[in-house]
Amino acid sequence: MKIGVLALQGAFIEHIKMLEGLGATAVEVRLPEHLEGLDGLIIPGGESTTIGKLAVMYDLMEPLRQFAMEHPVWGTCAGMIFMAKDVGADQPLLGIMDIVVERNAFGRQIDSFETNLDVSVFKNGQGKPFPAVFIRAPKLVDAKGEATVIARLADGTAVAAQQGQWLVTSFHPELTGDDRFHRYFLGLIGK
Amino acid sequence: MKENGQNQPNSFKVKAGLAQMLKGGVIMDVVTPEQAVIAENAGAVAVMALERVPADIRADGGVARMSDPGMIKEIIASVSIPVMAKARIGHFVEAQILEALGVDYVDESEVLTPADEEHHIYKHDFNIPFVCGCRNLGEALRRIGEGAAMIRTKGEAGTGDVVEAVRHARTVLGDIRRLQAMPDEELMSYAKNIGAPFALVKETKELGRLPVVNFAAGGIATPADAALMMQIGVDGVFVGSGIFKSGNPAERALAIVKATTHYNNPKILAEVSENLGEPMVGINVSSLPESEQLATRGW
Repeated sequence: MKIGVLALQGAFIEHIKMLEGLGATAVEVRLPEHLEGLDGLIIPGGESTTIGKLAVMYDLMEPLRQFAMEHPVWGTCAGMIFMAKDVGADQPLLGIMDIVVERNAFGRQIDSFETNLDVSVFKNGQGKPFPAVFIRAPKLVDAKGEATVIARLADGTAVAAQQGQWLVTSFHPELTGDDRFHRYFLGLIGK
Repeated sequence: MKENGQNQPNSFKVKAGLAQMLKGGVIMDVVTPEQAVIAENAGAVAVMALERVPADIRADGGVARMSDPGMIKEIIASVSIPVMAKARIGHFVEAQILEALGVDYVDESEVLTPADEEHHIYKHDFNIPFVCGCRNLGEALRRIGEGAAMIRTKGEAGTGDVVEAVRHARTVLGDIRRLQAMPDEELMSYAKNIGAPFALVKETKELGRLPVVNFAAGGIATPADAALMMQIGVDGVFVGSGIFKSGNPAERALAIVKATTHYNNPKILAEVSENLGEPMVGINVSSLPESEQLATRGW
């Protein structure tokens, strides 16, 4: 399996290490031609404004949208913002998922935190909570249509969702030693 | 606002994690909200809010201190990206003030006049993360031992001369390569000799890199400078005086952002380096007397 990781800016190396640990081939994607032959794509955490601008400047927006129509794509943190249709601000977005996202929704860095989450799609036989790291994180204000919330904080705030082959998380599974989200994403390929 | 009773706020993972998200990016010095907006629009991953860029601190002389909180608040209000600010080496009260303002990262910086000639801030006491400068592995690991969640080269700020940033990055990365070749029984002596905590020496050997993100800083003025530092092996770059002391800040900022992403693509580097106008006027570091070298501050 060959998985691309959007490498315009952010924590892409951590995703690459996780994928390689699971036996997948990981490819850094910086230009449209790097999407060729990939089975899926991860859009990492970073600054969504930086990633969006670089994607526009290097003509990646349409190729990324087209790729997403045919393949699984997973966005973590900034990647979740980038995949949303609505973030309530004027910045470049892929706008593919029917979700409304609020940036920096928990506050500034001093409000960043770690917590344990129950993830609904992991329930069968592997019910231990997932260690989630939230860094200046966005939250899901709304998931519409086909988009389904798959994890919430104890207070009910939605922080992960799935819509068909698309996955988004407010937090950073790539910064933990827990590879269940990466396994789950690889499982979406070829479905 | 801690939303969840079971969370553990502001662990080292959370502090170091923000730096992970800044990787492959450019952090820009800004002195006004207008400059902060220009930086954000050019694709900066964060801004460093300060009253004077290092080139002006160097020219003005006198004591350089933490910036006015009013000005830092205005910059925080003007952008959606993280805002960093500088505290003097050892001045933990300036750092407390920056934390109270909601600054996302404190740079305990040799660019300001040191407040303590022996001790740095004990950074584990804070809920916000710190970045610190270094010239070699021992200095980097001492800062991490004190709680720094991100490291940068010191370089020689305010000169536009990249030579010291190259020296410091090569020294740190070379020290790590030599460490990796050392058998474990030599690590304690090595830790003693470089004045670094043993546990961090061992961890660095195992990881084959610093345990935290490592940026380049000090003298980076062109897209090629940024790409040079990335190819040498740092995780991202700080640009201080190099942008807003140049002829065309918006375009230069954008070009340095592009060069940091496409650091391994000479064709793109050639494109982005075209027609940028005047770079900042540089100072050759070898012409600076040691008393004027900021990199020698810090212990």
